[in-house]
Amino acid sequence: MKTFLFILAGIISGILGGMGMGGGTLLIPMLTIFFTVPQNIAQSINLVAFIPMSIVVTIINIKGKMIEKKGLLKMIIPAIFTAVLASLAVGRTKNAVLQKSYGVFLIVTGVFFIALTTIKLVKKRKAEKENEK
Amino acid sequence: MSKKKETILYIIIGLVAGFVNGIWGGGGGIFVVPLLVYLMKYEERKAHATAIVIILPLCIVSAITYILQGIYNFPLTIKVGLGVVGGGIVGAFLLKKLSNTVLSYIFYTVMVAAGLRILLM
Repeated sequence: MKTFLFILAGIISGILGGMGMGGGTLLIPMLTIFFTVPQNIAQSINLVAFIPMSIVVTIINIKGKMIEKKGLLKMIIPAIFTAVLASLAVGRTKNAVLQKSYGVFLIVTGVFFIALTTIKLVKKRKAEKENEK
Repeated sequence: MSKKKETILYIIIGLVAGFVNGIWGGGGGIFVVPLLVYLMKYEERKAHATAIVIILPLCIVSAITYILQGIYNFPLTIKVGLGVVGGGIVGAFLLKKLSNTVLSYIFYTVMVAAGLRILLM
């Protein structure tokens, strides 16, 4: 039963991830809140689980000519540097601290994106009204 | 935008994405998309696709760094990972068919609720 629920949690976040909505950000709290998985292990699971998914999605996107190559390396090289440093910091941080900071991260990100979605919606409505005239 | 300013912005986006993705084990992509759209004027769908390409190597190096420090649980990762890959394929198809404004509101509200739940635990 528990195995089934773990797979289900994966499916839900996979669907969101495949839609480019950041499924991983929900997989981690699902694992820690409902299955009491330690925060650092939940993060590790998320990192590994999204590698095969992003490979598949990227192959589809390359075929669809959806990828902008322009600034790619300028972003990836410095990103790898901070990714390693931050990951090393995780090994030296208490789970309780990690989890609380993750809670703050979720709230700030959620509120930011609710605002952004609303701005987009208002702009779209305005454009539609202009077109009607 | 001058070439120099453009390069600096790209580097800053990269530094932020790497840090967020490493420290919280994901979520780097969610920040890259709006930065690419509003700062670099990428088309929205291309920004999503490009963000995944940026996050992929970050997930690989972070996963290796986590595992080397003993932070892993392989049996659990396989179970969840199977679901993620299956769900991901479904999600890629749904992306073309659904209007995702309602879904966005639900998703981000759940995110805030999960954050509050964690802080109150």
